[in-house]
Amino acid sequence: MATEQRTMVIRPDTEGIEARRDAAPRTSYSLRKDERDLARHRKRRHIEQVAVLWILRAAAMISILTTIGIVAVLVSQSIGFFQEEVCVLNEGAPIKPCEPGVNGEMSRVGVFDFLTGTNWSPLFKPYRDLGQSFGVVPLVTGTFLVAAVAGVVSLGLGMGAAIFLSEYAPENVRRIIKPILEVLAGIPTVVYGYFALLAVGPALRFLIGDEHLGTFSALSAGLVMGIMIMPMVTTLSEDAMISVPRSLRDAAYALGATRFEVATKVVVPAALSGIVSSFILAVSRAVGETMIVYLAAGGRPNLTLNPLEAVQAMTAFIVNVALGDTPHGEIEYYTIFVVGLLLFAITLLMNTLGRWVVQRFRQVYE
Amino acid sequence: MALQSQSNTRRAYRLFRDNVFAGMFFGSVAVGILVLAWLLTEVIVDSVGWLDWQFLTSYSSRHPVDAGVLAPIAGTFWVIILTAVMTVPVGVATAVYLEEFAPDNRLTRLIQLNISNLAGVPSVVYGLLGLAIFVQYLFDGQRSLLAGALTLSLLVMPIVIIASQEALRAVPSSYRDAAYAMGATRWQVVKMVVLPQAVPSIMSGIILAMSRAIGETAPILVVSSLVFITYVPTSPTDRFTVLPLQIVTWVSQPQDDFRNIAAAAIIILLVMLLTMNALAIYIRAKFQRRAEY
Repeated sequence: MATEQRTMVIRPDTEGIEARRDAAPRTSYSLRKDERDLARHRKRRHIEQVAVLWILRAAAMISILTTIGIVAVLVSQSIGFFQEEVCVLNEGAPIKPCEPGVNGEMSRVGVFDFLTGTNWSPLFKPYRDLGQSFGVVPLVTGTFLVAAVAGVVSLGLGMGAAIFLSEYAPENVRRIIKPILEVLAGIPTVVYGYFALLAVGPALRFLIGDEHLGTFSALSAGLVMGIMIMPMVTTLSEDAMISVPRSLRDAAYALGATRFEVATKVVVPAALSGIVSSFILAVSRAVGETMIVYLAAGGRPNLTLNPLEAVQAMTAFIVNVALGDTPHGEIEYYTIFVVGLLLFAITLLMNTLGRWVVQRFRQVYE
Repeated sequence: MALQSQSNTRRAYRLFRDNVFAGMFFGSVAVGILVLAWLLTEVIVDSVGWLDWQFLTSYSSRHPVDAGVLAPIAGTFWVIILTAVMTVPVGVATAVYLEEFAPDNRLTRLIQLNISNLAGVPSVVYGLLGLAIFVQYLFDGQRSLLAGALTLSLLVMPIVIIASQEALRAVPSSYRDAAYAMGATRWQVVKMVVLPQAVPSIMSGIILAMSRAIGETAPILVVSSLVFITYVPTSPTDRFTVLPLQIVTWVSQPQDDFRNIAAAAIIILLVMLLTMNALAIYIRAKFQRRAEY
């Protein structure tokens, strides 16, 4: 189709010139006109080319601007957070109106206190005067508790599925199963939130007992999140396993190895960098996930390593505060950005690590 | 003789272990598929009897029986169309620049690395960006459709760029060489040869990116916040809600009936996603048949 159109464009052009030549013999004047036309045409083509190049460059710059925007917003609002004077609660003090020197002091939140403090109680208006505490550790442990459960589930299931697909499944089975698993990755997270809260949670309570497990728990959120990120582990690991050359497998089979031995002693070690990388990227995804933890993990900061308890994750805190229509420029408004900055830094670090692992330790076969 | 029997036992054990693990590996696939089946069953069973014409044509209500999804459906269509209008030109242009024009230098590699990093930024962080830049700075505190669409546009931009790049890369270089040999400029090659060839693939990538945008909840939640809307937005500056937000609102309610209408809304959301994915697959399949010659 496209080729025909191009020849169509060229043909009338030559015909036009032929026709003109027949109609009136070429004078020196019209020859100059032709040259002028050609020069004008070339110039237009050149201008067009330059203009297009600049438009495309500008479009490419938008992605850079997005990153600059994210970093600028998070950092500037976080600076606002660390400059605000708040009534910082003294450890163990009774909750009373803030009286400097008695139960708390008006002071700025230190960066170190923020990163290492184990009490996150950003009491908002009208309770703010009772004293606030901004130690982010409970939110971080909450996030990683859920992500750890998800990591265990997705590593176990994802690796198993990847080995099955690349080493055991015949091609026709593989072609059916892979798209089904990828449907899991396409389901919106809010649907998983509904599923974790209203289906998996009650089922777990039925199995473990109501007295051990509440409505919200890191376990139910983590299990569902593990299912959600499983296709990511499967796809990336399977890609790594499939690129292990056939000759390595054949050599092992020739020595009498079983499929299991080929998989665990030849293929998995050879594809290890890809597998580790897929796992890190999947856990990073779990850390940044919002709706499952918001709906199913709980809404109260809780410093614990017990997955049966309810915890609040960093993302869940951000959404929780953002929903409260917080006034612009108050400490409440700033907290979500400082937590967001921490979240951004953690996921960026994990994504970079995931990419680095695969580049640094990749086995290259001839 | 003893050696022989020992090696027989060992061999039997190894074969047994092989079969056990074959079962376990298949088991992990089966768990994934079964959970998917459980999820879908749960949604369908919960929504039976609630998904009707009244549900599609009513606004939200405090009484689950009267509630409907007209406002969120309208909001979802608004947001998707606005997002697509803003994302597609910029995303495709970026991909064309990186694949066809950019010199292989440090800046180009930086842009490329930056795009893959943006694809890994948690979606809620885009919500914070939208809240600070679009809502507070650009629109003076107004939580409008446009602010939501701009935020989603930045969120799905990396997906559109990466999909378009793959589509452009799949165009054989012999096509380009042929056009260059006829004296075409770089832009003419792109405009008349490369883009027409890559359009079906780019289209299917765009549709998949938009289906991701439809399901995104966290950034819209931060930018728009939960609102009770009983009208169909008529301009990009109106406040809005989308299907996922309505689902969050209903899932958070303690009464059982809200759980049923949440499931009904989830069915609508899943049907929309399924339609878009089917469309993308159809376009891609048609394209693959064409590219064979």
